[in-house]
Amino acid sequence: MNLPEAMKVSTRALYKNKMRSVLTGLGVIIGIAAVVALVSIGQGVSRKIESQISALGSNLLMILPGSTSMGGVHGGFGSVNTLMPSDAAAIANQIPDALYVSPGVRWVGQTVYQNQNWATSIMGVGSSFPMIRDWPITEGNFFDKEDVDAAANVCAIGQVVKEQLFGGIDPIGKIIKIKNLPFRVVAVMAAKGTAGFGQDQDDMILAPYTTIQKKLLGIDYLSFIFVKAISSSSVNAAQQEIESLLRQRHNIKTGSDNDFTIRNVTDMLAAVMNITGLLTIFLGSIASISLIVGGIGIMNIMLVSVTERTREIGIRMAVGAKRRDILLQFLLEAVTLSTIGGIIGIILGSILSITAGSFIKIPISINVFPVLIAFFFSFAVGVFFGLYPATKASKLNPIEALRYE
Amino acid sequence: MSQDTRQDNNGIVVKVVGLKKTYFLDHVAVPAIKEVNLEIPKGSFVSITGASGSGKTTFMNILGCLDKPTEGEYFLQGTDVSSFTPDRLAEIRNERIGFIFQNFNLLARTSAMENIELPLVYSGTSRHERVKKALELLEMMGLKGFEKHFPQQLSGGQQQRVAIARALVNSPSIILADEPTGNLDTKTSYEIMHVLKKLNEEMGVTIILVTHEHDIAAYAQRIITFRDGLIVSDTVNHEK
Ligand SMILES: Nc1ncnc2c1ncn2[C@@H]1O[C@H](COP(=O)(O)OP(=O)(O)O)[C@@H](O)[C@H]1O
Ligand SMILES: [Mg+2]
Repeated sequence: MNLPEAMKVSTRALYKNKMRSVLTGLGVIIGIAAVVALVSIGQGVSRKIESQISALGSNLLMILPGSTSMGGVHGGFGSVNTLMPSDAAAIANQIPDALYVSPGVRWVGQTVYQNQNWATSIMGVGSSFPMIRDWPITEGNFFDKEDVDAAANVCAIGQVVKEQLFGGIDPIGKIIKIKNLPFRVVAVMAAKGTAGFGQDQDDMILAPYTTIQKKLLGIDYLSFIFVKAISSSSVNAAQQEIESLLRQRHNIKTGSDNDFTIRNVTDMLAAVMNITGLLTIFLGSIASISLIVGGIGIMNIMLVSVTERTREIGIRMAVGAKRRDILLQFLLEAVTLSTIGGIIGIILGSILSITAGSFIKIPISINVFPVLIAFFFSFAVGVFFGLYPATKASKLNPIEALRYE
Repeated sequence: MSQDTRQDNNGIVVKVVGLKKTYFLDHVAVPAIKEVNLEIPKGSFVSITGASGSGKTTFMNILGCLDKPTEGEYFLQGTDVSSFTPDRLAEIRNERIGFIFQNFNLLARTSAMENIELPLVYSGTSRHERVKKALELLEMMGLKGFEKHFPQQLSGGQQQRVAIARALVNSPSIILADEPTGNLDTKTSYEIMHVLKKLNEEMGVTIILVTHEHDIAAYAQRIITFRDGLIVSDTVNHEK
């Protein structure tokens, strides 16, 4: 018997037992739908986190005051004032792998333009900050090194600040006030969206760090230093060089902990991708358990079906069906059930994940790869769980099968 | 072997030599066929009778290649099939043997046409050819108009006619009928026997039939009687 003939016999048998076929297929439908939905959602979340982290900038190193090992005991990052502008200057001068270096200070306060005011975060940074963060400027020009050296009262504003303070007015050249200090707006930053840490990066004002330190806060230390390495291959070298330079500058003895922390965005990205990848696999595995349960359901029903149809098997054997023909017939029944269940499950899982994604505001795209895997799995489940009942059917003795009541 | 082939040329379809079949129930040997030697020429109509448990069905199962003898040889058209593998036996059944059963053994919820076509499905015959042959036989059995009927929508006699059509569809060398009228009333039994007799007389089909009813056995030209796994009489039917 050839394959199309066998297919016809098998689908006919499934059709004759519609209700049972639907219920048995449901197990696979639910299993595959769960796998597809959870994996797609997992991938969507991964992609979102990845894009947020890479939005920080490529080949980026962040140096923060305080040691990681100090942790909660000593108050964590920023609680110690160990990072100085001279450290940033030393990195810029002595580390060849550091392409750009920007010192930084952070503050949050009220900003005013005429009768509009807006509470936002104010970052004091160096002139290379847009290059470090791969952050384009849409209007005007970012402040330069002279502005930083002179602690000039200039600033660049994010899209949210522009919207809140200026509405439709062109902000370039306008004077805004921060803590009663006038700043001239010289540039508007392109929209960047939410960063990995949840804050809206467009709700921000950038000014020379010197101006913020001296005129606004009256401090001499830094909140962070951003470094952009020359290339992705030099990020790790730069990190090590900076670490030994800062240990030397801060007179840290061998064996003692750093009083600063260097964060490598590439590493962070890798770590997060690792975690989200594991999470996706974990979710997928949990969902595959339901697929296995669905497979066992198929095996169960196929065994019942083989017993019920013992006489039919005997008749087919008497008129010339070989073992292989009987095996194929029952195997095809199981595989047809599971693959049709798989296809419906893929469609259902896709709809489910897209719906869920729109609720949690994460764009879900259904990739070909997981869909193919899911389809292959549903096929494999049919083969795996169908093989035993089909083999059992094919090994029946025709005489006994014909006698079966 | 060469001798057997010659015998085939002489028109012997079935030749059984020193055939034995022993079943084992809990290590106790149950001899179902003690020893049988038999030749059946082409075109015969043979009845096998005997008391219940005398080994008729066991013998028919071996003739039908559904079972293998414990000892002895079975030549079907000169080919010794007693050592064939299950798959080779399936092929032999498909090409050379037509079965008619007491309980009809038609596929349930499957149309008369498709039941008749079934052996052709396993011989790899094209759909067109299948339909053509099945229709021919359906008409020959007087079942025109019942093509789409399921077995449960047909009377016993009609079901047995479908089964006869199915047995004939592959143009087999022998038709084996184990108590084909056992589930039918007397009138229908005679009708079915007429059909078989006509097939034998007009088309030369070789028929071997098991029955324990004398009037049914009387349709055959030759009557073989089994007792306790042995042939105790083999006579030409003079009523014919
Ligand atoms: N599968 C089997 N296992 C054991 N004994 C069997 C089996 N089939 C038949 N027999 C025995 O073989 C003998 C012949 O049986 P059978 O050929 O069915 O006789 P008949 O058809 O003439 O009534 C009986 O004694 C029966 O009990
Ligand atoms: Mg019997």
